[in-house]
Amino acid sequence: MNKRAVALLSGGLDSSLAVHLLKDQGVEIKALYFYTGFCITEQKRRLGLKKENGQQYVNPAIRAAAQLQIPIEVVDISQEYFNVILHPKYGYGKNVNPCVDCRILMLKKAKDIMEREGYSFVITGEVLGQRPMSQTREKLKLIEREAGLEGYVVRPLSAKLLPMTVPEKLGWIDREKLLSIKGRSRSRQMELAKKYGLEYEQPAGGCCYLTDENYAIKFKESLAVDGLITREDLVLFSVGRHLRLPSKTKLIVARNEGEAKFLMTLKHRYDYAYRKDGKGTFVLIKGDMPEEEYQLVADIVSRYSKREPCYVILSIKGEQREIWAQPIDNASLDSFKIYTKKGAMR
Amino acid sequence: MNLEDIKPDVVHDVVGTFCPVPIAETSKVMKSMKIGEVLELIADDPGVVEDIPAWCNATGQEFLGMYQEDGEYHLFVKKVKEL
Repeated sequence: MNKRAVALLSGGLDSSLAVHLLKDQGVEIKALYFYTGFCITEQKRRLGLKKENGQQYVNPAIRAAAQLQIPIEVVDISQEYFNVILHPKYGYGKNVNPCVDCRILMLKKAKDIMEREGYSFVITGEVLGQRPMSQTREKLKLIEREAGLEGYVVRPLSAKLLPMTVPEKLGWIDREKLLSIKGRSRSRQMELAKKYGLEYEQPAGGCCYLTDENYAIKFKESLAVDGLITREDLVLFSVGRHLRLPSKTKLIVARNEGEAKFLMTLKHRYDYAYRKDGKGTFVLIKGDMPEEEYQLVADIVSRYSKREPCYVILSIKGEQREIWAQPIDNASLDSFKIYTKKGAMR
Repeated sequence: MNLEDIKPDVVHDVVGTFCPVPIAETSKVMKSMKIGEVLELIADDPGVVEDIPAWCNATGQEFLGMYQEDGEYHLFVKKVKEL
């Protein structure tokens, strides 16, 4: 009964391989996939985007579990995750990715499920030294301790470089058959995947968009200017071009039909603007916009709607206005962009 | 089996949510169901067409089939083992 484990499965190369290695040792495994609310697949589907070959984006974890022939449970941690992202105890990575806190939360949840359902340990695809923020020897130890799982997290890909875990000590699994991979190169893993015939999602990095630089810029700017971030904001940061007007009103400009359709679903809660004849973008307006900026917004709509002079409809607090607009010039437009062309944050 | 003849024991509507939420919801609802019972999941994320059969394959549940109507998908899953 001790050869039962839960595994954190993202569907990427490392976690799929980790599961495969222990399944090969006869361990009965249940995969856990944590839904944080920052899933790239979810966002792409929400915006109606498809792959270049016309296929749907598929959740890599579910596909991997089917391939590995192990049960998978999708665990919704989005509510708790919201607090983690706003107040990470161990800070952010390069962008707004609170990787250490995120791992702790996921391992805590894994521990609950493990104990409740009679599993004996946890498997992860972590590789020593692969990610600077969360996968150093010290961080792996810290994450494990904070989650209350000291000695019970098996990392098959780097096991031989890490202290012996309880399942190894007690002979539930054979340490000799585990690996000693470290660092950022994935060549060894790719070789093994080929050997075992495992398909996996590329590129690596999982399904989380908090590691995206553009997302992080919008997040940090909003925290600095608005001082408050809502759950809806967290979704909106991944949609459209974001512009900040002098009054601190924010405009979110749809970049394609999918984004326009999505932003339109929020019409009942925000002010908005669009080209009257429908031949152009859709703009969501966040904040109390003073009347002197109406023309500016109309000119921005015109700029992003085929760059043609046109009539623009502005819906402000339920009241519709029609404004004749000329496309705004590039220099003025640039001054409102949260992310400038030079890559610097305003 | 004809899908129209299936009388679901539980109907769960997840319209408006996208992957992986429909799967998380399916998993949650099916945990509380008894073996032999059938779930009808209603969703509008076109990805469920692939996700739900894959999830059934991974977890050993029986996928009975699906149909599409007015942009919504109706998927039928029979619980055949504990989750």
